[in-house]
Amino acid sequence: MSTNRWSRLPGLAWRESRTARRRLLLYMSSIALGVGALVAIDSFAANVTESVRDQSRALLGGDASLTSGERYTPRLVAVLDSLQSQGITQARSTNFASMALVPRSGGTRLVQVRAVSEGYPFYGKITSDPPAAWPNVQSGANAVVDPALLVSLDARIGDTVSIGLAKFVISGTLRNVPGEVGISATIGPRVYIPQRYLDETKLLVFGSRADYETLFKLPNGADQQRFASALRKAIVGQRARVRTVRDTEINLTQAIDQLRDFLGVVGLVALLLGGIGVASGVHAFVMRKIDTVAVLRCLGATSWQVLAIYVVQAAIMGLVGAVLGAVLGMIFQMLLPFALQDFLPVDVTVHLAPASVALGVLVGVWVALVFALRPLVAIRRVSPLQALRREADAVVLRLRRLDPLRVGVSLAIVASVLAIAVTRAGSLKRGVGFSVAILLAVGALWGSAVLLSSLARRVVRPRWPFVVRQGIASLYRPGNQTRAVVLSLGFGVFLMSTLYQVHHSLLATLDVKLSQAKANLVFFDVQQDQATGIDSIIRANGYTVEQQVPLVTMRIAAVNGRTAAQLQADTLTSADGKRTRRNGWPLRREYRSTYRDFSTASERIVEGKWFTLNDTTSLPEVSIDVAVAHELRLAIGDTITWNVQGVQVPTRVTSFREVNWARFEPNFFAVFETRALEHAPRQYVILAQVPGATAVAQVQRGVVKSYPNVSSIDLSLVQRTVMDVLGKVTMAIRFMALISLALGIPVLFSAVAATRRERLREGVLLKTLGATRRQIGRIMLAEYAVLGALGSLAGVALSFGGSWALTHWVFRVAFAPSIIPALLVALVMILLAVTIGLATGREVFRQTPMVALREA
Amino acid sequence: MLVARDLTKQYRSGEHELTVLRDVNFSLPQGAFVAIVGPSGSGKTTLLGLLAGLDTPSSGTVLLDDADFSAMDEDARARLRGEKVGFVFQSFQLIPTLTALENVQVPLELRGDSGAEVRARELLRRVGLGDRMHHFPTQLSGGEQQRVAIARAFSNSPRILFADEPTGNLDSDTGGRIVELLESLNRESNSTVVLVTHDAALAARAQRIIRLSDGRVVSDNETERAA
Repeated sequence: MSTNRWSRLPGLAWRESRTARRRLLLYMSSIALGVGALVAIDSFAANVTESVRDQSRALLGGDASLTSGERYTPRLVAVLDSLQSQGITQARSTNFASMALVPRSGGTRLVQVRAVSEGYPFYGKITSDPPAAWPNVQSGANAVVDPALLVSLDARIGDTVSIGLAKFVISGTLRNVPGEVGISATIGPRVYIPQRYLDETKLLVFGSRADYETLFKLPNGADQQRFASALRKAIVGQRARVRTVRDTEINLTQAIDQLRDFLGVVGLVALLLGGIGVASGVHAFVMRKIDTVAVLRCLGATSWQVLAIYVVQAAIMGLVGAVLGAVLGMIFQMLLPFALQDFLPVDVTVHLAPASVALGVLVGVWVALVFALRPLVAIRRVSPLQALRREADAVVLRLRRLDPLRVGVSLAIVASVLAIAVTRAGSLKRGVGFSVAILLAVGALWGSAVLLSSLARRVVRPRWPFVVRQGIASLYRPGNQTRAVVLSLGFGVFLMSTLYQVHHSLLATLDVKLSQAKANLVFFDVQQDQATGIDSIIRANGYTVEQQVPLVTMRIAAVNGRTAAQLQADTLTSADGKRTRRNGWPLRREYRSTYRDFSTASERIVEGKWFTLNDTTSLPEVSIDVAVAHELRLAIGDTITWNVQGVQVPTRVTSFREVNWARFEPNFFAVFETRALEHAPRQYVILAQVPGATAVAQVQRGVVKSYPNVSSIDLSLVQRTVMDVLGKVTMAIRFMALISLALGIPVLFSAVAATRRERLREGVLLKTLGATRRQIGRIMLAEYAVLGALGSLAGVALSFGGSWALTHWVFRVAFAPSIIPALLVALVMILLAVTIGLATGREVFRQTPMVALREA
Repeated sequence: MLVARDLTKQYRSGEHELTVLRDVNFSLPQGAFVAIVGPSGSGKTTLLGLLAGLDTPSSGTVLLDDADFSAMDEDARARLRGEKVGFVFQSFQLIPTLTALENVQVPLELRGDSGAEVRARELLRRVGLGDRMHHFPTQLSGGEQQRVAIARAFSNSPRILFADEPTGNLDSDTGGRIVELLESLNRESNSTVVLVTHDAALAARAQRIIRLSDGRVVSDNETERAA
């Protein structure tokens, strides 16, 4: 006779669970959504990373690349020539923005021009419609364009398109350009032309901005990294950047990891909510099993044996729930590429990522178990006396007494949350921060539940109708689930409402900015001698020129007598004793500055005074953006000598400005007194108020015909595009809100089910005392309405706090609460609570008072 | 084999302390068939709980085969129960999700006994339910359920069996048959049987009646068994 007390327990556990399996599975499926989210996100990220690795060469286009924001210096050209003679093939691409005009239709638009040389790109196939258009683009003055451009220019294949002073024939449209993110085409449609016609366009004149790119194809087996470091050494001091395939890969995979971590937060929250659902559901489950447990104890089961039996049941169901979630996640993973196609630079091949699935299931089972354990450990406390005599539930479980095991499990829960948060957030700081935020939210909801239920006791008045009083009484009766329901409801409401509030605030800010912009048509790259001409074109059409802003490009030559080179070599001692070089970028970069004597609405003096314009003998004054001033470690009264196209212009810093960069107006790091720069070579930015799309097109055409190098943007078009993108975002937010709602349902079920025993007993007693089914129904309605209202309102209140914090500290925009949607969300949740409550309460209606008599 | 010595049990109910049992003393030999009688509120259910080791007294001791129940913790008492005690309840208390056969196996399975199924079959046949082994409690009548409960109670060959109002939920005919079964099993196995009831006629069938009133033993006499 074997005396191992544990060997036969699993079998007993499985058999005993016969009728409870479906219900237990429902409770455990609370975690399915969380597991699904995690599995989907992880698997998708793994897929994308793999695709990036596979296609990284195509993403760069070559084995290595050299890019610069300026025309190559003779030294750079010499280096490239010597590389060419060493057998390293090169291909060039010059990318810049320009207006494209189709003379036949008159359509004109700002486009991204890519002037490419023979052989570009070395890796990754660009495909076109018709297929022959791309391979033959170098054969003549051909242009291969984005299909959307044909629509916006009202053009066809075969039409002539003018870019600058050169004319090209549209020979085809682009189908796929590897390495490009699809959505960028909506902002600036691409036009590919052969490099050799670039000069003909006469577009890259003084002050124009362009990216000059050279791709390298190394001989087989050559070491990319060695090549790259040698090249970097050769071009030291030149303003150019060298990148290898590996660099591209690393950048992208890092970006993907960050995105995965961010999205993982969503999964984590879902998992946590699911855990709460599991805890509630298992609590309900334990309540149903009290009688069985008491009998088992009479028959000789120790408290650990009894615990083991139900832990086995919970573990099996938890595993099934987690596997269900993983399957859900895999389905989701297959849908994600379709949703995110436009935002990804690679074609993602979807396949199973077993590691992600296994991890998701493991985490799911762990979370389910650790949350289930909390109510389960109370099972040990069921007294065998219960089999002889029926007691109230709370007494049976002897919950009031402190149970070290229960405390231990609670600590394990907190530790698990922390561990998962830290590993998913990617950094200790973020993980801890996130956990703290969650714990605060949970704590706030818990606290409000405790507070409100104790208040309920005091608030009730004898005058109120019986059903209302009875409903409220259920909030604080022993064994009540007020806290769990408020927590699960409140959390769902909190998530949804916060989403809406933040979204609303961001939209409100954008609205204000856009409506504050008076001018909607912006002309830039306007040469000095073209300004008056454009001005007259605009006026001739009957519209107003709002601003004509001069633009002077310059560099810093010296600060307080020390040259830029000397300053860069300086080492500084920071507050904690570390010696570092100062950040060289503000000293090296090119500044596009303006001159005027007045201050604009988008800037505010924070230190010093605006220009005193009377004095013409001392050094001219300059006002610097406060952030740049800090980077350059400037003080009021310092002198800066600027190198303006070779001419040294000394100035005195007399004020720091805080610039509102978000406004749709030209803003500058450095603003000079007029007399400092009025003779400097300059460009102009002209802003005009031109209402209506046809009027805009007319004016644009007029300007492009006479001045093909001048580009223009219609800000109202930009606004429409932004609203479009925001519209997509709103859809995504609504979807996430629905998910939060869906999450709440199994959790709510579980929480409500937990009070079943008490509810049945009460209902039956009331019936014996003469209560009609209608009255009982109304009592239940009152109870769930109050519970629902409590949870929802607590969640809404919390969401106002949370969204304020987010808008204030993270997004730095004004907090614009939207009350109606928040209340709607609350209302929906209350209805949900009432529906679920009444549905699970059906039993009470059916049970007859005879049951009460029998239980004597 | 079962000794109750100066048993006292007090409960705290709200502000007051209730004394449910006062100085209960008696001793039962192996194989006895004893009835504990008393009106409702006399403390007999409480006494049953103490004698079976389901609860501990406020003062006094319970000795089962010289093992002091009151000195053990809950799990130790549970283990001892599993070895030596059987139960029959008024409301049968069968586990609803297990078949009759599986219900009878439970006490032995809790001990890790691999011979549980064989013994269970044997017992079910003995109580006359050989053809209902795979039925669930909801598919059995009251009398059948109680017979399964009795089979379960005897599965671990207990030294003592406690029956709490075993016929309370049954009609008089069925109830009579149940008591007959208990009596024959008592003779066959020589287990002590303690019957707790408020039914005087039922109590009269026992060899010995211990009468309780207001928590005290008011009489404890041997009776002539009805022939």
